[in-house]
Amino acid sequence: MVNRIVTGAHFGLRDWLVQRVTAVVMAIYAVVIVGYLLMQSSFGYDTWAELFSGNVMRTFSMLFLLSLFYHAWIGVRDIVMDYVKPASIRLLIHVLVILALVLYTIWSVQILWGL
Amino acid sequence: MNKIIKRRPKHLALHKIQFPLPSYVSILHRVSGAVLFLSLPLLLLLFDQSLRSIETYTNLTEYMAHPLVKLPLLGLMWAFLHHFCAGLRYLAIDLHLLPTLALARSSSKWVLAVSLALTVLLGVRLW
Repeated sequence: MVNRIVTGAHFGLRDWLVQRVTAVVMAIYAVVIVGYLLMQSSFGYDTWAELFSGNVMRTFSMLFLLSLFYHAWIGVRDIVMDYVKPASIRLLIHVLVILALVLYTIWSVQILWGL
Repeated sequence: MNKIIKRRPKHLALHKIQFPLPSYVSILHRVSGAVLFLSLPLLLLLFDQSLRSIETYTNLTEYMAHPLVKLPLLGLMWAFLHHFCAGLRYLAIDLHLLPTLALARSSSKWVLAVSLALTVLLGVRLW
């Protein structure tokens, strides 16, 4: 009999890999953005708004944020699995975290595309 | 019959037991990750306000000029930088770039030092 807990990891290796791939995506984006900002001689709203006005930049920013949310989900799930033992509380926290991250995703689209 | 009370030595000198440095880096990676996750709504709100209009942007910069706002933001910046540096170290370990105990220890020193130094540098630059 297979005794699998409903709030377990399900696919350990896939999530392990996703955690690393999303980390690399975020690292590259962060280094590029910080480097670009540090190279600006003057900085203000115009520079900032201009940076996020192009569709390419919005797309890659969205890719960064999606990577962030997926990465955060795996990280939080690992923490919860380590410290929260009762399946009911675990399930509740998992549901809340997933809902929050989905809402953040919708919010991100609204921010980036100025909706 | 008297029961013999066994006084077995426990050999757990808690004051002598110390975490090795990589353990600190590891637990701080977890703590900083949790802190960053919990601050996501705040960070998204800041991002939203910074892009919405020049008025909200100006309001935000004035608000963020306050030391009581800057200090927690600096803490968040450290959380990000530590998570970033420690994460790079884990990627290096996955690629078998740090195969010995000595390298594991020295690299964890570098993670702590570099993330703190970058926090100070960026902090000075943004203050």
